[in-house]
Amino acid sequence: MGWAIALHGGAGDIPLSLPAEGRAPREAALRHCLELGVAALKANRPPLDVVELVVRELENSPCFNAGKGSVLTTNGTVEMEACIMDGNTKKCGAVSGLSTVVNAISLARLVMERTPHIYLAFDGAEAFAREQGVETAHSSHFITPENVERLKNAKEAKRVQIDYTEPIKGAIPSSIGDSQIGTVGCVAVDGHGILASATSTGGLVNKMAGRIGDTPIIGAGTYANSYCAVSATGKGESIIQATVARDVAALMEYKGLSLKEAAAYVIERTPKGNVGLVAVSANGEVTMPFNTTGMFRACATEDGYSEIGIWPSGINGDLEYPNK
Amino acid sequence: MGSWAIAVHGGAGVDPCLPAVRQEEARRVLSRCLKLGAGALQAGLTAVDVVEMVVRELETDPVFNSGRGSALTRRGTVEMEASIMDGRGRRCGAVSGLSTVKNPVSLARLVMDRSPHSYLAFDGAEDFAREQGVEMVDNSYFITEENVSMLKLAKEANSIMFDYRVPIPGVDSCSAIAGLMGAKAEGGLQMNGLPINVYAPETVGCVVVDNNGWCAAATSTGGLMNKMSGRIGDSPLIGSGTYACDVCAVSCTGEGEAIIRSTLARDVAALMEYKGLSLQEAVDYAIKERLDEGNAGLIAVSRNGEVAYGFNTVGMFRGSATQDGFMEVGIW
Repeated sequence: MGWAIALHGGAGDIPLSLPAEGRAPREAALRHCLELGVAALKANRPPLDVVELVVRELENSPCFNAGKGSVLTTNGTVEMEACIMDGNTKKCGAVSGLSTVVNAISLARLVMERTPHIYLAFDGAEAFAREQGVETAHSSHFITPENVERLKNAKEAKRVQIDYTEPIKGAIPSSIGDSQIGTVGCVAVDGHGILASATSTGGLVNKMAGRIGDTPIIGAGTYANSYCAVSATGKGESIIQATVARDVAALMEYKGLSLKEAAAYVIERTPKGNVGLVAVSANGEVTMPFNTTGMFRACATEDGYSEIGIWPSGINGDLEYPNK
Repeated sequence: MGSWAIAVHGGAGVDPCLPAVRQEEARRVLSRCLKLGAGALQAGLTAVDVVEMVVRELETDPVFNSGRGSALTRRGTVEMEASIMDGRGRRCGAVSGLSTVKNPVSLARLVMDRSPHSYLAFDGAEDFAREQGVEMVDNSYFITEENVSMLKLAKEANSIMFDYRVPIPGVDSCSAIAGLMGAKAEGGLQMNGLPINVYAPETVGCVVVDNNGWCAAATSTGGLMNKMSGRIGDSPLIGSGTYACDVCAVSCTGEGEAIIRSTLARDVAALMEYKGLSLQEAVDYAIKERLDEGNAGLIAVSRNGEVAYGFNTVGMFRGSATQDGFMEVGIW
């Protein structure tokens, strides 16, 4: 036993040819967020606080598809969503359809702690944000030139992309190459086995206005109970129908699988190229499986293990070998 | 194998003093919907078509509080939500925040069949509805006089909860006052924070297994009386209020927050798939062990033609029928 933390910046078709200017800022952001999370756990902050603060940091980074740097709807707007769950009490909070709230994950936490509800969306969520006095900003804060370009590419390719998808051959090449960003999430456990999970996203490039993905749906993109905490990323529609996050925990509880076995089982049964997840167990184990080309991820455990990666371990171009 | 079964519900958490005439009315509607579904199954319609058809009927009838007769938000408006899941392939569709769509379950079906997504909400969902040409009405169509007074009672009850000495204006029946006082003084029967005689269950649902062994589920609701605008409950959330897969189909009702926290619908299926429980065992386990202090109920069918229900509330409006001629409706 001991504490453990894992976080992700999205799974998808991240090409091995990703240039340095695409990799470096993302690696740095993952490292920075991991360090923040580890420091908080070492300082005995509750896991619920830890996952919130790490996801806030990921939201504030323009490199990932959440908060600042969110992908755009078909109307060129942002509609952000997030979800947080406390494994100890199974209390949870979720928000969707936010367009001005700087940190969606913190609003999700306020829904959990300050309303009799679990999930608020669109105008109602924005009104709640104002009541609560959370930090809001004009849409220009969230929209980056890269995402304006991604939307343009997606419209030209006439299809909806998951966060990381290479443009179809023949589509007009963009200066940034492809969608190199994704949903963000963090899971953590402390030395007492208390678990928490948090996920945040801008969703799908070129999505219909009003489209809700897996992130705010308890049991799909986010879940935590006394067995494990899970945050998923990838194609929302697949994650919803496979109830990915809940299934990892259910396999542990009902079928007696270990964390790694349960997570692998779920990933294997989801269509290839669609999903990745990070998970920790009450015992301080960590797993970060994915069936996409890559997943921006990082983890650390109390016994000194840490890892930051993009592609499957051992694939050329991986960042750091796990160190003990 | 190969025999059909159907179950319907009109909400869990029933006032034990519900007048006999209202109980009769509810039983009549449940019977009618069951017969509609049974007839369709006899005629060979698929599970997903049948659940949609039956839930449309439940939405349209004002006796049950979804569609017309939905609960009102604290602003006095109606925000409806629904979801549908086809166990064959686990395709799903969901909608939230509808205020002018006459049959939310049918819009959820269109999201599943005709959009690249699984879940649309609020303005985006209403826009999609317009594009698809579904029947739309003014929000006032859904608002009934009864629910306007219920909203008033609910607002008062929510504040009454803090001071039982304050007289309750506008409450006519002695039993209602007694209920409010009793609920506060003795921690009496409550659902979703309201005394049982102020609360009205707001959800309808249907689960079906067809002649081919395919399962489907659908749930529709107006949500919670006096809810915050923008509040989403369990009904549109796949795995919470609705779920269908190869082995079974489930539709839940009751305290939305408790159902979400326990991912109730998915858990029934997971107990069967991963723990090897039978349908009834899984339903009983989920209701007993997964709800903690929450109050809820559910209906379920298995691919083998079995039907089951469970609830830990005072009552649940429900009905079930199987191919061998069995049919029953119940409240308690």
